Amino acid sequence: MTGEQTLSDTPWLEQGAEPFIKIRGVTKKFGEFTAVDNIDLDIYQGELFCLLGGSGCGKSTLLRMLSGFETPTSGSITIDGMDMSNVPPYERPTNMMFQSYALFPHMTVEKNVAFGLKQDKIPVAEINDRVHDILTLVELQDYKKRKPQQLSGGQKQRVALARALVKQPKLLLLDEPLAALDKKLREQTQFELMNIQEKVGITFVVVTHDQEEAMTLSTRIAVMNDGEFMQLGTPTEIYEFPESRFVADFIGSANMLEGRIVEDGPDHVRVKTDLGEVFIDHGQSVKEGSRVWIAIRPEKMHLSKEPPLKPGPNQAFGMVDDIGYLGDISIYKIRLENNQIIDVTAPNQIRPKSRTHTITWEEKVYLHWQASSAVLLTK
Amino acid sequence: MYGRRSGFLTFMLAAGMAFIYVPMILLVIYSFNYSKIVPVWGGWSLRWYETLFKSEAVWNAVALSLKIAVINATFATILGTLAGLAMVRFGKFKGRTLFGGMLVAPLVMPEVITGLSLLVLFISLKQLFGWPQDRGFTTITIAHITFSLAYVAVIIQSRLSGMGETLEEAALDLGAKPFRVLTDITMPRLAPGMVAGWLLAFTLSLDDLVIASFVTGPGANTLPILIFSRIRLGLRPDINALATIIILVVAIGVAIAAYIMFRQERQQQRDMQIVDREIP
Repeated sequence: MTGEQTLSDTPWLEQGAEPFIKIRGVTKKFGEFTAVDNIDLDIYQGELFCLLGGSGCGKSTLLRMLSGFETPTSGSITIDGMDMSNVPPYERPTNMMFQSYALFPHMTVEKNVAFGLKQDKIPVAEINDRVHDILTLVELQDYKKRKPQQLSGGQKQRVALARALVKQPKLLLLDEPLAALDKKLREQTQFELMNIQEKVGITFVVVTHDQEEAMTLSTRIAVMNDGEFMQLGTPTEIYEFPESRFVADFIGSANMLEGRIVEDGPDHVRVKTDLGEVFIDHGQSVKEGSRVWIAIRPEKMHLSKEPPLKPGPNQAFGMVDDIGYLGDISIYKIRLENNQIIDVTAPNQIRPKSRTHTITWEEKVYLHWQASSAVLLTK
Repeated sequence: MYGRRSGFLTFMLAAGMAFIYVPMILLVIYSFNYSKIVPVWGGWSLRWYETLFKSEAVWNAVALSLKIAVINATFATILGTLAGLAMVRFGKFKGRTLFGGMLVAPLVMPEVITGLSLLVLFISLKQLFGWPQDRGFTTITIAHITFSLAYVAVIIQSRLSGMGETLEEAALDLGAKPFRVLTDITMPRLAPGMVAGWLLAFTLSLDDLVIASFVTGPGANTLPILIFSRIRLGLRPDINALATIIILVVAIGVAIAAYIMFRQERQQQRDMQIVDREIP
């Protein structure tokens, strides 16, 4: 971690930047089952990279191949210029934080953290210093003599992090790092994790099934399904510009409308759907008449009791089928003419004077959205 | 339904307990009987205990049994642990299924068969190599190890497969070479299983009559062999006394084990309390 060298915030956009991890054509098969299917990926120094996907999508297998617990059936993995093909886990410049934390139950916190350093035959005085420093970083310096079973979930998580960080690996692998924590602690820990990553400057690769976690933590996200990458990009790219119905639906929620292209201009697209016309203000080269899907995020739809002033595209109306009041926002389920249910979320900015919602069940409401809000999907 | 005590359940409990313990109580009482003929009550006395303590044959049998049991338990634990590790942790090696089957075979094999086959083995060994010279301590110990290690292997195997490999992986990931992982992580976690295996092997050996009778030779009497050979000539009060002492030793052993378990449980509860008090 050389201090002088300022790392770009978006190294993947730099011309000629050398990737820190190079994954080339990696496939992993378990018998007939292909867990990871011919994946290419570059991860850069200092990134906090997320592998996101449901269970069985191959994200954990990919992580285990980085740590050396699984060997690729074909393809190669290079970390910091070193080919990892024949390097066993105990000789790799990586450390892993396990989902269940995998703390050694017969050792104290201190011994757990020191375990990795002892394997490297580091002098005792230095081990003690480094253990002390890292435990201070995760604010557990008073818990040195505790056994893991005498710690709460959050404390265990921080011991596991300290144990993986203390060896100053070139790459830290985190398998569902926050899954075992309750919601409040999880949100708080997400930011702690980001702060720590910035402080130590180590490249992190995180595996998670929690899209919210991936969105807050990462510099870039790879969305995985069936052993393949569905999309790779920054959290904003993934959320605002999904490339497929799978990604649009997996990340956040999206209302999906099916339709046919009416007009494909250089800077706009017009699509005919069941609900009338949809106008999108960004061009896309799609053949006229072809079948497409339109994804609109619930928070990008506007809900109103008043009918629009003049009819036009990007409008719809329906009945309120259900309301989910979450406190900060409310989710409205709107049943359209064709019986399709559309989700709309609206922030509760004004405290209602009466105890009833301003929009209520079985009420007729009007929807509209801006030309920039809808995303056109062809697959 | 389970909270209330029904008369029926209480009765069944009492009957079950009586079934197990009444014979033992009778045995203990008769061991204090003065009369030489067991079923005839001749008043309280410690006379048979005195006879027992003076009998050199009894002491020799106790010493031999203990010696065999300790050596057997130790070797069976080492070999059984290795076998269990091989079964669970070495992945799919060639002949794994066969090895697994052969490992547990002694558990289901009738003891007479085991004893007989070992006897045949020892006799043919003697003819071929001139060893073992005499049957006795060595042959019994070897015979006991062969069947006890199967029990240990089963215990270790089930404990290992219940443990999962995450901790081992974590240790490897932190730079520990496979042998260090075995000594620093796997072994300490297997320790309770190994202790259980050792105790089981020890008990099995102390208990065994059939196999020992097959492979023993003149002059080498383990405790069960001694008791059985004496009882063949009719019930004897000094054997009752011996049995009473064995019951006492076992009872003390069980009490100690229970106390240790109770202490562990209390420690766990205390750990939980520490965590609860400090959250968040």
